[in-house]
Amino acid sequence: MELKRVVVTGLGALTPIGNTVSEYWEGLSTGKSGCGPITKFDAEKFRTRFACELKNFSVEEFIPRQEARKMDPFTQYAIVASDEAIKDAGFDMEAINKNKVGVIWGSGIGGLKTFEDEMIYFGKGDGTPKINPFFIPKMIADSSSGQISIRNGFRGPNYVTVSACSSANNAIIDAFNYIRTGRINICVTGGSEAPVTIASVGGFTAMRAMSERNDDPATASRPYDVNRDGFVVGEGAGALILEEYEHAKARGAKIYAELIGGGFSSDAYHITAPHPEGYGALLSMIDALEDAQIKPEEVDYINTHGTSTPIGDPQELKAILDCFGEHAYKMSISSTKSMTGHLLGGAGAVEAVASILAIQHQFVPPTINCKDLDPAIDQNLDLTLNQGKARKINVALSNGFGFGGHNATVIFRKV
Amino acid sequence: MFDNLSFNSNLCIVFEPQNILEMADIAEKVKSIIVEKLGVEASEVTPEASFTNDLGADSLDTVELIMEFEKEFNVSIPDDQAENIQTVGQAITYLEENAK
Repeated sequence: MELKRVVVTGLGALTPIGNTVSEYWEGLSTGKSGCGPITKFDAEKFRTRFACELKNFSVEEFIPRQEARKMDPFTQYAIVASDEAIKDAGFDMEAINKNKVGVIWGSGIGGLKTFEDEMIYFGKGDGTPKINPFFIPKMIADSSSGQISIRNGFRGPNYVTVSACSSANNAIIDAFNYIRTGRINICVTGGSEAPVTIASVGGFTAMRAMSERNDDPATASRPYDVNRDGFVVGEGAGALILEEYEHAKARGAKIYAELIGGGFSSDAYHITAPHPEGYGALLSMIDALEDAQIKPEEVDYINTHGTSTPIGDPQELKAILDCFGEHAYKMSISSTKSMTGHLLGGAGAVEAVASILAIQHQFVPPTINCKDLDPAIDQNLDLTLNQGKARKINVALSNGFGFGGHNATVIFRKV
Repeated sequence: MFDNLSFNSNLCIVFEPQNILEMADIAEKVKSIIVEKLGVEASEVTPEASFTNDLGADSLDTVELIMEFEKEFNVSIPDDQAENIQTVGQAITYLEENAK
């Protein structure tokens, strides 16, 4: 069966460094940190008291209060980012066949805030379960894709992928597969997370996975720096409109890039620690390159998973060296998590958007906050430290790896 | 002596003025809960208005409304009686008769 080509015709972003795609790019290209003290709850007694929260975001500007209150924040973010992407794609909503439009979203956790609030309320009671009837539909991870379809009348395949921090990459690849096999014409995809909550921050700090640089939050997310001490949690959403190429061309759509390959693998090693040799990461990138039918030498830019954890960052770079050999030194590499923080299930989405924008602008966003490059890291890699730069980018690759040992890689190419 | 004290304090609670809900207060509170939860205009919340037919509530909204009434008025509304509360007026009447 001949596979169809799949292109990106719309983008949406709601991130700690910008609430729209253009603001996001402004932040990315200028090296802005989205980090600051936690305002969403009293974090005084927490080991980590900072996060990458959204700024100046009021959901009621986008969704009527009565609808918004029946959505967990992670779904609200999904609605806002997908609205932007759908508008950007410029569909004639009367003309497109909505039965052939899917919504495949990614979220690592789902409605954690909703879960916490309801259980805290229960815990304060006498044991009588006075659970709000909207608790379950707000909390479940798939409420995000469900709400997007209800809002827009899209009746194609609809679900949420859950693979921790590779969730959104898995969603994008599933959407890609449905379109290239001709099952649907268009898919709204991406991912969102709202993890600045007590359970999330408390839980990740208990694992010693998060940075505790409370005296200097803005530089806490510092991938590849020798003094990195963990990831910084972030919230928000990224959205992509994937569309079958001929369908997009026929309606004269603006095309950002082509999605040419998706790869995945599992570490089969440990529930949280990455494989010490980066073997799962390597397999994922090889799988994506084979799927894209391109040579490793064709890749110009890698947006790494690069979370700023002591053990995760070097393994991924080792995998890149193993995968690309000498070409690894000719590519540009950066971790935009240094700016956005780690959006968990939404990370792959905002990083896919960053990769596509990098192709569009022919500009590599930087890895900020790296003052002293870790001597354990190959010093000849171009990690785009602290300053973005213009360069030719024909092909961009984006990695996402998640607790559970899930790895997923997507590759975009200039059209 | 302690028995006397507790008897007296009980009396105080019974006659605490803020524990006596005026009927007008009940109607106003019911209306404001409905406006808040269903996102409707206060003028639409007439005694005859049906939650589902007139005010746009679905089955989950209706369950939530009953729970809010229970919380606000400190009552427990059994399911078989909740089924009979379909309109604003029925809610007000029920709560006037049963609110503590």
